[in-house]
Amino acid sequence: MRLRSPWLLLLPSIVLMLALFGWPLVQGVLSAFTDDGGFTFAHWERLFGDPYFLRALRNTLLLIVIVVPVQVVLAVGMALLMQARPRFASGHFYLWCVPLAISELAAGLVWLSIFDNRGYLNSLLVSLGLSENGVQWLNYENTTTMLLTVVIAELWRATSLVFVIVVAGVQMIPREYDEAAQVFGATFWQRLRHVTLPLLGPSLQVALILRTILALQAFAVAQALTGRDFPLLVGETYEWYVVLQNPAVASAVALVVLVISLGTAVLYLRTVRQPEGVR
Amino acid sequence: MPATGLDRRAFLRAAGLGALALSASACTGFATTGNGGMIFLSTQFRPVDEAEAFRSLLARTVSGVSYVTIEDGPFAGQVRSQIDAGSTQIGLLGGLHGDLAPLADGYLEDVTDVLAALGDRGWPAEYLELAKAGTDRSWYIPWANASYVLAAHADALQHLPSGVDANALTYDDFLDWAIAARRANGNRPMLGLPAGPEGLLHRFTQGYLLPSFTGGQITTFRSREAATAWEYLRELWANCSPTSTTYDFMQEPLETGEVGMAWDHVVRLVDAPERDPRNWRMLPSPRGPHGLGYMAVVAGLAIPKDSTDPDLARRTIDELSKPHTQVGLLRSNSFFPAVAAEIPQDLPPAIKLEADAVKRQQEAADSILSLPPVGLGTREGEVSKVFQDTFRSIVLDRADIRTTLDGQASVLQGILDDLKVPCWAPDPAAERCEVM
Repeated sequence: MRLRSPWLLLLPSIVLMLALFGWPLVQGVLSAFTDDGGFTFAHWERLFGDPYFLRALRNTLLLIVIVVPVQVVLAVGMALLMQARPRFASGHFYLWCVPLAISELAAGLVWLSIFDNRGYLNSLLVSLGLSENGVQWLNYENTTTMLLTVVIAELWRATSLVFVIVVAGVQMIPREYDEAAQVFGATFWQRLRHVTLPLLGPSLQVALILRTILALQAFAVAQALTGRDFPLLVGETYEWYVVLQNPAVASAVALVVLVISLGTAVLYLRTVRQPEGVR
Repeated sequence: MPATGLDRRAFLRAAGLGALALSASACTGFATTGNGGMIFLSTQFRPVDEAEAFRSLLARTVSGVSYVTIEDGPFAGQVRSQIDAGSTQIGLLGGLHGDLAPLADGYLEDVTDVLAALGDRGWPAEYLELAKAGTDRSWYIPWANASYVLAAHADALQHLPSGVDANALTYDDFLDWAIAARRANGNRPMLGLPAGPEGLLHRFTQGYLLPSFTGGQITTFRSREAATAWEYLRELWANCSPTSTTYDFMQEPLETGEVGMAWDHVVRLVDAPERDPRNWRMLPSPRGPHGLGYMAVVAGLAIPKDSTDPDLARRTIDELSKPHTQVGLLRSNSFFPAVAAEIPQDLPPAIKLEADAVKRQQEAADSILSLPPVGLGTREGEVSKVFQDTFRSIVLDRADIRTTLDGQASVLQGILDDLKVPCWAPDPAAERCEVM
C-alpha cells in the first residue's frame, strides 16, 4: 500500500500529460510520416522543397544565437544593478517588467510604427537631416536590417523574462559568500566570476532553457514587422496549418522545432550545471 | 460609497451578460443577426460593415430573410453536413462559383426552371455556362461579379508614353509606362503591386499575366511562353516600388501617394479616388500575345436541397436579380451587376470609374476569362501558394526560371493528382487537370 500511494498521487498528472502532450505528440509524428495509412517521406520532401523552410530555419537559429546571449548578459547586468539597491529600485523593477505584460503581437506593432518606411525612426532621421528619404529598414532585400529590427524588438520585449528569473536567483545567494570574498580582497570582477555566476548557475539554466524555447516560438513580432519576408519556423507551422490547411507538413515543421528545443535543452542541462564543489 | 459599488456590480453583470451572449452566438459556428426568418448563408461580404450594408439592402428588398456569413472553408462542410443529417436550417445559399460548383453533386436544387421563369435578364452567356458546373442543368443563378483593374493617378498618367491608348494597353506599353514614370520621379518607382502577405498578387499571375501570355492558367504553367511571362514580371518588378511586398490593399498606398499606379481587386481600390476623383482613372488590365486575360469573380445564388422555405428563396433570387437591386448592390458593396443593368450617373465616383473599366475589360474582343480555382476546397490555398512561391523565387530571389517552373509544376501536379478535378477556365475542361 505504501509503495502504491506515490503512484496514485502522480496518476492524475500522468494521465493529463499523456492526454494533452503524449497523444498529440504521437499524432503529430504519425501525420508527418504517413499518407493515407502508409509510411511516406512526401511531406518532408514538400517541406524541404519549399522556398520558405530553409530560410525560416536559418532565421530562427540566427535569432536564438544572437538574442539569447545578449539577453542573458543584459539581464545579469540589470539584476546586479538591482542588487546594488539604487534609489527608486522598485520603480526601475516595474519599468523593466512592463514589456512582459505586453502581448507579442502588440509589441511587434509598436516596433512597426517605429521602423516603418514612414515610421518614427525615419521621420526622425529625415528631420535631423541624416537621411534624405529614410532607410528602408523592412525592405525584403535588406535581410540584415530586417534581422536587426526583429532582434531589437525581441530584446526589448523578452529581456525582462530572463531578468525576473535572474533577480530571483541573485536574491537567493546568501550575502556571506560575497562578503567573505570581499574580506579576502577579491575585486568586483573576481567576485562576479568566482562567486556570483557559479551560484547563479541553476537560475541561468532555467532562464536559458525557457528563453531558448520561447525564442523558438517567437513569430508574432517578425510577422508584424516583416510579414512573410522574414519567416520563422513557428510562423511556417501556422502558415501550413491555418492558411494552407495542410496538417501533415505543419506537423513536420513542428517536429523540427521539437528536435531543436530538445537539443538545446539537453545542451544547457549538461553544460550550465552547477559545479559540484560549490555546494 | 454605496453608489459606486452598485454601479460596478451593474457593470459587471452587464459585461458578464455580454460575454455570455458573445460566446453563445459563437457556438452556432457562424455570425447570426438574431432576427429570425429564413437563413441566407453566404461566403460574401464577411467584414462587419460590408455585411451591414448588404443587410440593409436585403431588408429593403425582401422581408423575412436573415443574412448569415460564413468563411469559405467551412461553407461546403456546413451545407453538406446539414443536408446529410436531414435537418437543413438554411433557405438560400450565396457564394462564389468556386464555393457553389462543388456542391452541385447532390446538395443543390436544380434551378433550371427558376432561371427560365425569371426570363432573359441579360446574364452573360459564359456566366450561365459556368452555373451549369459542367452538366446540362443550372445549379445557381449568377448574382454579381467583381474583377481586378488598374488604377492610376494623374501624376502617373502624364508619363504614359505618347501614342498609347490607356484603355487598350499592352503589357509592353505597361512596362514602358512604369519605366517612364520611374525615370520622371527621380528614379523612384510609381507602380505598386499587392505583394503583401494578404495581397492578391497571385491573382495577377493566375488570371492576368499567364493567360495573356500563354492562353492558360494551369495546363500551360511550365510552357516556354510562361517563362517569357515570368521574365516580363521580373522586368516590371524592377520598376515597381520595393515596398510592394508589404502592400495588401492598394488603395492605402495610392491614397497616401506612395505609389501613383496600381493593379488590384476593385473592392481594394475603391477608397483611393475618394478624395479627388477628378484626378483618378481606372483602366482595363493590359493584354498580351494571347489576348486580354482577366479574372472574374462570379458570385451566385443557389437553393440547397431541403431548403427551409423554397418559395421565399425563389422570391429572394427574383428580387436580387432585378436590375435596380443589382445597382443597389453595386452602390452598397461595389459588386458589379451580373444582369444587364443601366449604370446610373449618380454612383460614387470611384465605383463609376471601376464600372467603366470592368465593362471595357469584359467586353474586349480578345478577352480571356479566367476563374479563381474551382473545386479545390481546402487545398486552394496550396495552389495560390504555388503562384506566390514562384513569384518569390523567380522575381524576388532571382532564381532560375526554368528550374523554378519545373519544381513548382510538380508541386502543382501533386495537388491536382490528389484531388482529381477538372480544369477551370481558361484551361480546357478535361476530365483531369494536368500541367503539360
